[in-house]
Amino acid sequence: MATQHSRSAARFMMAPAVVLLLGWMLVPLTMTLYFSFKKYLPLRGGDLGWVGFDNYVRFVTSSAFWPSVMTTLIIVGGVLLITVVFGVLLAILLNQPMWGQGIVRILVIAPFFVMPTVSALVWKNMFMDPNYGLLAYLWEFFGAQPVEWLSQASLTSIIMIVSWQWLPFATLILLTAIQSLDSEQLEAAEMDSAPAFKRFIYIVLPHLSRAVTVVILIQTIFLLSIFAEIFVTTGGAFGTRTLTYLIFQRVLESQNVGLGSAGGVYAIILANIVAIFLMRIVGKNLDA
Amino acid sequence: MGHIKLDQVSKTFGSVEVIPPLDLTIEDGEFTVFVGPSGCGKSTLLRLIAGLEDITSGHIEIDGADATLVPPAKRGLAMVFQSYALYPHMTVRKNIAFPMKMAGVPKAEQEKRITAAALALNLTDYLDRRPGQLSGGQRQRVAIGRAIVREPSAFLFDEPLSNLDAALRVGMRMEISELHKKLATTMVYVTHDQVEAMTMADKIVVLQAGVIEQVGSPLELYRAPRNKFVAGFIGSPKMNLIEGAEAAKHGAETIGIRPEHIEVSTTEGTWQGTIGVAEHLGSDTFLHVHGIEGCDPMTVRVNGELSLKHRERVYLTPNLTHLHRFGADGLRLE
Repeated sequence: MATQHSRSAARFMMAPAVVLLLGWMLVPLTMTLYFSFKKYLPLRGGDLGWVGFDNYVRFVTSSAFWPSVMTTLIIVGGVLLITVVFGVLLAILLNQPMWGQGIVRILVIAPFFVMPTVSALVWKNMFMDPNYGLLAYLWEFFGAQPVEWLSQASLTSIIMIVSWQWLPFATLILLTAIQSLDSEQLEAAEMDSAPAFKRFIYIVLPHLSRAVTVVILIQTIFLLSIFAEIFVTTGGAFGTRTLTYLIFQRVLESQNVGLGSAGGVYAIILANIVAIFLMRIVGKNLDA
Repeated sequence: MGHIKLDQVSKTFGSVEVIPPLDLTIEDGEFTVFVGPSGCGKSTLLRLIAGLEDITSGHIEIDGADATLVPPAKRGLAMVFQSYALYPHMTVRKNIAFPMKMAGVPKAEQEKRITAAALALNLTDYLDRRPGQLSGGQRQRVAIGRAIVREPSAFLFDEPLSNLDAALRVGMRMEISELHKKLATTMVYVTHDQVEAMTMADKIVVLQAGVIEQVGSPLELYRAPRNKFVAGFIGSPKMNLIEGAEAAKHGAETIGIRPEHIEVSTTEGTWQGTIGVAEHLGSDTFLHVHGIEGCDPMTVRVNGELSLKHRERVYLTPNLTHLHRFGADGLRLE
């Protein structure tokens, strides 16, 4: 059906969407680049002219820069590790025939529907509060001193909250992948005297590799920019300031749009470095 | 070794009895074919032998030892699946090596067996490819190779040729038969295709609704089908079954005559009819003759060179030495 005519018609009809998407991307990107070369302080004089690479130098030499990059990478890595490992386990569990399967699956997916702000608040106030939180009661029940999660184990807490949100996504994708595994392959492996654990290692896990790749790539995109969870819980204190959060502080708390924009450009570069590494490591799984 | 004995084996799924209790003995080195229409329980029976399904009651004995509760891996059987069930992420070499790797066979021995199997199955050039890069027939051979290297006491084949095209199927049929001659290992083969059963089997087990209708060599089943079902199932084209007055003349409820045991004449004969559809195979022609009481149409095999026209009147004479007689209960009358 792909005649010359239908191809040009297709291009014509796709054009509005493409133009819209391109504009959506180009306008903010250009504005970020524009402001990053300016000294722009909205409450202290506004636009104070071009400053060249000043903002870039200041941002990167600030003592907060490298710790924030590290924090970002730790959170992304930690959440990826937890969601992929537990996602695989949960997917296998949910794939077993059991009573009430439909309801259980919906419950497992439920956290994904909760807004980040809300889930962070729920975790902060209902679970992690050192006085009234459920976890505090649990610790006290066993006679232990309740942990002040968000100040003593702040990074761990954030990773827990974000993992809880993203685990359903990983589980869902991995579950559909497991369901597409040909049961005859498992039976063949069983006949080939592979015990359950080896069947998992040699048959199930390779089958899941592509789905795991998709989970890692998509989650990384979203995790690099997590913000609400940090804003609501620690407010960037106790070593939870990610690059995104640092940019937010420079722009809104310090009211320095130029400096924040320079940070934004660094964030783009970081995201691209991470993306290149990921594509090198796991991208080949998407071929064939 | 490879002696398999089923003793009162039955299988029910929920409340549905798929296989009522049955007895069957498969002798060492025998090529046994389970044949029957779709859903007759032949694949289930094979999976019971393999241990992939638990039997509901009865016992399975393999080489004299009770194997009823032995897990599939420990039964010493190898299975070739209908979908081949190759591991898509492994090369052919790794696929074939997998059962040996699981069994802890030393590397040098693994290499030796892989080379031997690849040579026997014409896979030497493909060892480093993945299953996705192979044709159907090659995948089939890899699946067989994976079974051979385990040196099992018996091979189980679950409709292995049903995904191949017709020409390839004939070729693979020969290859599997030759393999059986060479290895002299017990083989149990499931198929719905009676041609495969007739051409390959030492012993055919005809199944219907989980019940064994008859067990015997291909020619035994062809010459003396025990009942109407076997008579209609074995042989191609199907046996003509005639009911009514014509059957009564021979003292039976139903009489059966195979298409190849009928003489055709344009001048005289026992029955008279007109030619309907004629299927020309070149070597033979199958005529569908209409207008014969008790059996419409009647299939007749004639020489392919014989030229008869549509709607032409013909006379048919059955060869009475090959006439099969069945009683009211469907069983053969001697």
